[in-house]
Amino acid sequence: MSGGHPWLRFAARRLLLLAASLALLIVLTFLAMRLVPGDPVRAALGPSASAEVVEARRAALGLDDPALVQLRDYAGRVVRGDFGESLTQRRAVGDILGERLPATARLCLLAFLVVALVALPLGVAIAVFTRGGTRPPLAGAFTLGTGVVMSIPEYLCAAGLVALFGVTLGWLPIAGAEQASSYVLPVLALAAVPTAILARLTRVETLRVLDQEYIRVARSKRLPARALYLRHLLPNALTATLTVGGLLFGAMIASTVIVENVFAWPGIGTTVVEAIIAKDYPLVQAVVLVLGAIVLVVNLLIDVVLGLLDPRSLIRES
Amino acid sequence: MRERLDLTPGRIALLAVLAALLALVVAGPPLWSGAADEIDTAAMRAGASAAHPFGTDQLGRDLLARVLVATRLSLLLALATAALGFALGVAVGLLPALLGPRLRSVVATTINLFVAIPGLLLALLVATIVGIGAKGAVIALGVALAPQAARLTQTLAASVGGAEYVAASRVVGVRWPRLLGRHILPNIAAPLVLQFAMATSQALLALSALSFLGLGVQSPDYDWGALLSVGLDRMYVTPMAALGPGLAIVLAGVAINAGGDVLAAAIATDAPQRARRRRRAAGLAPSATLAAPVAEALADEAAPAAAASAAAAPAAAAPAADAAPGDVPAAPAVDPAPAPPAPAGPPAALRVERLSVSLPAAEGAVTPVREVSLTVGHGERVGIVGESGSGKSLTALAAAALLEPPFAVETAAHEIAGEPLFARAGTGRRRLLGRSLAVVFQDPLSALNPALRLRRQLTEAAIEHRDLDAGEATEAAIERLRELRLTRPEQRLGQHPHELSGGMRQRAVIAMGMTVRPGLIVADEPTTALDVAVEREVLAALRRANDEDGTAILLISHDIGVIASFCERVLVMYGGRIVEELPAADLRERAVHPYTRALLAAVPDMETDRDRPLPTIPGRPPTAAELPASCAFAARCAFASERCRAQQPPLVALDGAPGRRVACWHPAPDAAAPAPAAAAGDEREEERR
Ligand code: SF4
Repeated sequence: MSGGHPWLRFAARRLLLLAASLALLIVLTFLAMRLVPGDPVRAALGPSASAEVVEARRAALGLDDPALVQLRDYAGRVVRGDFGESLTQRRAVGDILGERLPATARLCLLAFLVVALVALPLGVAIAVFTRGGTRPPLAGAFTLGTGVVMSIPEYLCAAGLVALFGVTLGWLPIAGAEQASSYVLPVLALAAVPTAILARLTRVETLRVLDQEYIRVARSKRLPARALYLRHLLPNALTATLTVGGLLFGAMIASTVIVENVFAWPGIGTTVVEAIIAKDYPLVQAVVLVLGAIVLVVNLLIDVVLGLLDPRSLIRES
Repeated sequence: MRERLDLTPGRIALLAVLAALLALVVAGPPLWSGAADEIDTAAMRAGASAAHPFGTDQLGRDLLARVLVATRLSLLLALATAALGFALGVAVGLLPALLGPRLRSVVATTINLFVAIPGLLLALLVATIVGIGAKGAVIALGVALAPQAARLTQTLAASVGGAEYVAASRVVGVRWPRLLGRHILPNIAAPLVLQFAMATSQALLALSALSFLGLGVQSPDYDWGALLSVGLDRMYVTPMAALGPGLAIVLAGVAINAGGDVLAAAIATDAPQRARRRRRAAGLAPSATLAAPVAEALADEAAPAAAASAAAAPAAAAPAADAAPGDVPAAPAVDPAPAPPAPAGPPAALRVERLSVSLPAAEGAVTPVREVSLTVGHGERVGIVGESGSGKSLTALAAAALLEPPFAVETAAHEIAGEPLFARAGTGRRRLLGRSLAVVFQDPLSALNPALRLRRQLTEAAIEHRDLDAGEATEAAIERLRELRLTRPEQRLGQHPHELSGGMRQRAVIAMGMTVRPGLIVADEPTTALDVAVEREVLAALRRANDEDGTAILLISHDIGVIASFCERVLVMYGGRIVEELPAADLRERAVHPYTRALLAAVPDMETDRDRPLPTIPGRPPTAAELPASCAFAARCAFASERCRAQQPPLVALDGAPGRRVACWHPAPDAAAPAPAAAAGDEREEERR
């Protein structure tokens, strides 16, 4: 099939870019640890350790090697999944991540699911109902509503949700992740802003596509509404929506750090804030690396899937 | 100025909020820091009261005073963060515009790599190095902001750097500081200011978030985020303790954005003039104003939210773009002769009575199609001819029930295959239309859905309305494509439109309209932009459908030659009305309307040199907004009289000629009369000599 080649070339180029971004991330985290004030070994061993012990430890860790050698060793360890030892918890950082990541991942995925399931149908429906400047009150209400939601940062949203549902009404748990209902508030807090942004974008994109000649052509075939919107409209409206959706997902992974702290969620976000306050450098370094890598990979996947869905995006790229 | 700056009441209110905030930055701490720091052990953790509207904190300090005092620190830190981010970002982002091509791409790639890493993660990393606290938070978030700012600057500078006068400046040896200061920076200032404002409000939110988490401003200092985390614990006792700082954060964020909008608008309205002055001073030829491209780049680069709100402006304006606002005369009360009754036998494929299409415009509504009545008999080939803007395509789309809001369609009667269209609703109407009527569209490049393979697009209608299965529908599509001489049709069906050449797409679009074998095909300019060979094939395919399946054809074209040779009956449209209807056989010799005759006179005959540009009718047709209450052709008509300029000629049956109608006060009596466009024709003759 001749369509395969441009897509493969595109995917290869994106993979290369991903590799470069990951390398940059590794270099940045490496530099950050070298720039940290004070002696990490001294910090790790405590003030009571003798100078010889510190020296020996330095040598053992390779901290006396030239910077490039250290970078190479560091990159090698990271690639093998060895992130060193937490200074505060005295155990492998990898184990801590393994414990904390699943809760964060569940939170993010659920929130993203909510975003997609609410924003896409909402945006398309509002576009269809307000097309050609009809029903201005509906359009106005939509713009105002999403605008208000968008201007409330997620920690305020989280705080408001806690106050309303957790405290005043007492319907839902406000901390921890013990029960299914524990997910409701954090997921809502995470999903609200991206939903508003994506719904707006979906509406704009849908309006743009609705004005295309090929939609009129599809109408002229008198297909059922389902076929018209799902088959003819959605794939064309999705390109920009998914691209931004990917970026929003990345931003959402960052937002979990904040939201988790409001809800005392046993995820990686609470871990990293504790680690920063406790100056647990290896742990911070590892969280930044892992979350960064996840965001980069997700964005790559979305781009590549888009390339399959909408072959024109490849042409535009190249 | 007010309009240019887009000062809506909401925006004015936000600007007032912004002014109040700035006043608080200056006056807040001196006025209220006493109250804010006053420890009152008698009123620790008090609820809201007249003395303490937001309540008090754990030491009995008044929270309202603390919110007011915190304005200074919150806003100054946000400003510092945005300033740091932009200083770094703009410096790096301008590099590509000044460097050679190779270094430029290195810098651009590096910027892109940094942009890909989420800002909050960068901030966390930097915060670990610098340490927690206000300074750490500002540096961390500033660094995290820099890649975005760099990319924005780079995009903007590239759009300006590509402009001709910048290139010219380089050629004449303008040095780079001058290039930067005089040409690039002034032209990207407006979007940069806007983005700076957005970055400041983002920074405010992010700083508050860090303080809220305990990573930002540390006690004894406090900003809104720190107050929020204090207030959150006491949400259920004193909601205002948390709502107060929360509201302050949101309101300040929105107000800063509004301020940025207004400032950017002020700069943008001013920039073209200044830029022009500068260009003149530099002795360079002026180029197109830069405000537009920069605004576009901005729209591309701005957050989706900004793009969304921009696009949320009334979409109605767009389709009405070519209908210039103007005084719209009401449609005169003319009772046109009804379309001639269809001959007995099977019901007419299409019958519309008094069809009008209107469109809301800035002042009132415009009505580009007025009181058109037409019938297409069973198996008949009918043509509508007219210049662009005559309303013929709108008439065809309205007849096919394909016009959408903002177009409004009115008819006295609308029947498809003998069935009143509006007697049915929903699925019933959809099925009636799907089985009885197909449309072939004019622009093959935009008529195909770019995301779907041809197979889907060429079979779905037949599957839906002819109850074929996928295999049979594919066979039918291949057959249609073969008739149109598309090479390797089986293979083409597996391809996406962008993989096909323009000619292939044209054939595919035409085949697509013919796969249902309906009772009527409406073909809207199907041969425009085709070469003569393809045009012949398309007409032959339509003709075959007409001969073999008895499909009636309504052919829309500006080419009276095509209409005359293909159709049995011809409707001539001008200014949104039918001005003449006659059998195609009568067209060349017996047309009586001056416009029809002018159209005919403009057709090249065998002797005409084909390489010459075609002669055209002098003048241009009126736009929908200009349609007069009199004869729309009067301005271009050689026979126009006072009556023509005062009254609308009704469409009436022509005496003694069955099946013929004409709308003219002075129809030419017969073929011997001088051709109305003769004068124009003579002029052209002279030009040729
Ligand atoms: S009505 Fe008058 S102006 Fe109009 S076409 Fe006839 S002669 Fe010409």
